[in-house]
Amino acid sequence: MSRSYDRALTVFSPDGHLFQVEYALEAVRKGTCAVGVRGKDVVVLGVEKKSVLQLQDPRTVRKVVMLDDHVCLAFAGLTADGRVLIDKARIECQSHRLTVEDPVTVEYITRHIAGIQQRYTQSGGVRPFGISTLIIGFDPHDTRPRLYQTEPSGIYSAWKANAIGRSSKTVREFLEKNHKDDLSRDEAIKLTVKSLLEVVQTGAKNIEISVMESYGKVTSLALPEIEAIVAEIEREKEAEAERKRSRLAATAAGQAAMSLRAGDAGGTSGQ
Amino acid sequence: MEVSFALTGKDYVIVAADTTAARSIVKMKTDQDKIKILSPHLLMAYSGEPGDTLQFAEYVERNIRLYQIRNLYALSPSAAASWIRRSLAESLRSRNSYAVNLLVGGFDTTTQEPHLYWIDYLGTMTEIPFGAHGYGSYFALSLLDRYHDPDASLEEGLATLKRCIDEVSKRLVVSPDRYKVKVVDKDGVREVEL
Repeated sequence: MSRSYDRALTVFSPDGHLFQVEYALEAVRKGTCAVGVRGKDVVVLGVEKKSVLQLQDPRTVRKVVMLDDHVCLAFAGLTADGRVLIDKARIECQSHRLTVEDPVTVEYITRHIAGIQQRYTQSGGVRPFGISTLIIGFDPHDTRPRLYQTEPSGIYSAWKANAIGRSSKTVREFLEKNHKDDLSRDEAIKLTVKSLLEVVQTGAKNIEISVMESYGKVTSLALPEIEAIVAEIEREKEAEAERKRSRLAATAAGQAAMSLRAGDAGGTSGQ
Repeated sequence: MEVSFALTGKDYVIVAADTTAARSIVKMKTDQDKIKILSPHLLMAYSGEPGDTLQFAEYVERNIRLYQIRNLYALSPSAAASWIRRSLAESLRSRNSYAVNLLVGGFDTTTQEPHLYWIDYLGTMTEIPFGAHGYGSYFALSLLDRYHDPDASLEEGLATLKRCIDEVSKRLVVSPDRYKVKVVDKDGVREVEL
């Protein structure tokens, strides 16, 4: 059968692709968007929340979870796969503390998660995890914020700011244009919200923001706080548009005056 | 000659343990903390075979923390004590069992009640108003029978504990000279100086 490599679990196609891994990436692209932004001494995670159904309990739908006191994770893709991976990561965090009496570093737990994801692309009878993750946190005895990403293939990498999930390309391009080094807390939060607004039409009520300011200090912004930031961004956008309009009007008026004067000049020379 | 005491009072549990690390007849050090803080409202004093005690206490500590991270709330004292007892009972029936005696004290934030559990290495568990492990129990239990008051204030509770410690110092052949005392109440866990 010509498509058998496509059906079997993660075997190479003749041109060197692992289709199952690529399909997993497709599942990630269908998942809700998550954004991570690293500031000077703060790191922010923002996720697009699906609207819960009228009778559903919103507290039971989570996309940002704690792995340990100082490590936070957001994912995009298949939620059920995410849950399994998160549980494995949480066990590793405690197991690491038990064996070496130290909390995990953010890179260590990222590598561990990516390692699990890689294993599920190579062993028999399993399919890859249909999730990408963003992992934020602070290393013990360190003040630098960290931001990592993992993918279904098992790739992991460190970032200043990144997005995963639906329309992540648009958001990443936005971040590339607008990210500066050494963002303050408010700037980092604002950039996160702004970038999410690129893809979240419904505004504040579908955005969830988690902020980590130092080792183990995590806060989740309440809806009114996010609404205030969204309103501020809207205002700025409005002011910007207003400036653009008035500038346009000014140039138009200038041009009109120029052509008028040109007309006058033409008139006098004719006499 | 390890000694550990614990007693409940009005809305708190006091847990005290000596701080001696001894091997054979030699005191190796006198500032060892034998009371683990398992969660924001849970304390566990451990004594028994050195090595086993720390190994088991750390195992418990990490599992209780894992539960809290997974479920976003901590185990209640009764649930935690039950889980610890079961771990000991399973250990007892394995090739290498832990020889650890425990006093688990906690404050149940859902019912606003203090709880204290006495657990030994055989997997026995009882909920008690006060208790002790080690040689101290021979001297302290009668005192606690006489002076323990479930409605006592923290100061009164600490005074009762002081009686027990003084009695042990007076009567036990080789008595520890230093104790660590921790209290758990609605505000969480803290260490107190006696």
